[in-house]
Amino acid sequence: MNETFMLEVGDEQYLLKVTDGKLAVEKGPFVMRSWRFAIRASRESWEKFWQVAPAPGWHDLFALLRRGDVKFEGDQRVLMAYLLYVKLVLAAPRKA
Amino acid sequence: MKIEPIVGRYAHIGEHRIYFEEAGRGIPLVCLHTAGSDGRQYRAVLNDSSITKSYRVITFDMPWHGKSSPPAGWEKEDYRLTTGAYTGIIMEFIREMGLERPVVMGCSIGGRIVLDLALKHARELRALIGLQSGAFVERYYDAAWLDHPEVHGGRACGAVAYGLMSPLSPEKERWETVWHYMQGGPGVFTGDLYFYQVEGDIRSRIGAIDTSICPLYLLTGEYDYSASPRDTEAVAARVKGAKMTVMKGLGHFPMSENPEAFLGYLRPVLEEIRRA
Repeated sequence: MNETFMLEVGDEQYLLKVTDGKLAVEKGPFVMRSWRFAIRASRESWEKFWQVAPAPGWHDLFALLRRGDVKFEGDQRVLMAYLLYVKLVLAAPRKA
Repeated sequence: MKIEPIVGRYAHIGEHRIYFEEAGRGIPLVCLHTAGSDGRQYRAVLNDSSITKSYRVITFDMPWHGKSSPPAGWEKEDYRLTTGAYTGIIMEFIREMGLERPVVMGCSIGGRIVLDLALKHARELRALIGLQSGAFVERYYDAAWLDHPEVHGGRACGAVAYGLMSPLSPEKERWETVWHYMQGGPGVFTGDLYFYQVEGDIRSRIGAIDTSICPLYLLTGEYDYSASPRDTEAVAARVKGAKMTVMKGLGHFPMSENPEAFLGYLRPVLEEIRRA
């Protein structure tokens, strides 16, 4: 993957730049930065998502989508092409 | 070396060349795989000697899936599963194979179609088991992306299947389940989802299911957000006599994502059916 995408945790912005599959994270706020797609959800939603053993309905990016707690913007094709990578990256904080 | 007792063969049924696997002797138990996957999902059931001592467990790959061929001329049209075609191929398989009053168990799209079987073929079946049954699922993502020339279908289908499982299920079994999804033909998962998310809305009909003719068991994993426990509860509330169990810690693919936990729920159901 060689793409940049935006993650929003409530009001906080994070720009995730992926170069040959390697991830670099930059914390905002940003003024005019470009990204291919953005994933936005409330802080409460992400905190439930990032539990080591998340509850049913909070355990997957599309689980949040099903409940209407996450918004996707930008180029959906890129998001869908790299969906497994994106899901695993977003779930990575659970191990911390 | 260990050789499993499962035997696989091909049956020519109508225009279709159907791959099926079986193990055991006794009451026929036909297992229906999920959308975009194949009969490998039921390996643990086929390998469970406590089940196969009283049941002849059979799983077949739907046309277009697994090792079953698509029919001649498949290249001329988009694959789209419908209620009529789905129920049709299941009953044709049962008749052609000479299975007398089998138990039919299906998961996801299979969990939906057992409701149609309950309405149309109750007298020909001994019992029905719906895994992750829901009467309808509204679209919450655009399934067209799973069959798009600029998105790798195997990777996208695998990513969708991955999330539907429980984070508590064993890694090895979850990734095996994903692998089956990654091997599906182009457009097949999307074609199955046409039945699941568009054509196969059975909500207005399920009230007519008569469980005194054919018992209906509903087993649903609590981590499934596609056919959630709430969706299955809605079915159970409308079908008098349906027996529902929520499977703790399991997701949308109970039989393949966590076989041991699933068998713990399935064995008592099969025992109850056998004794009835």
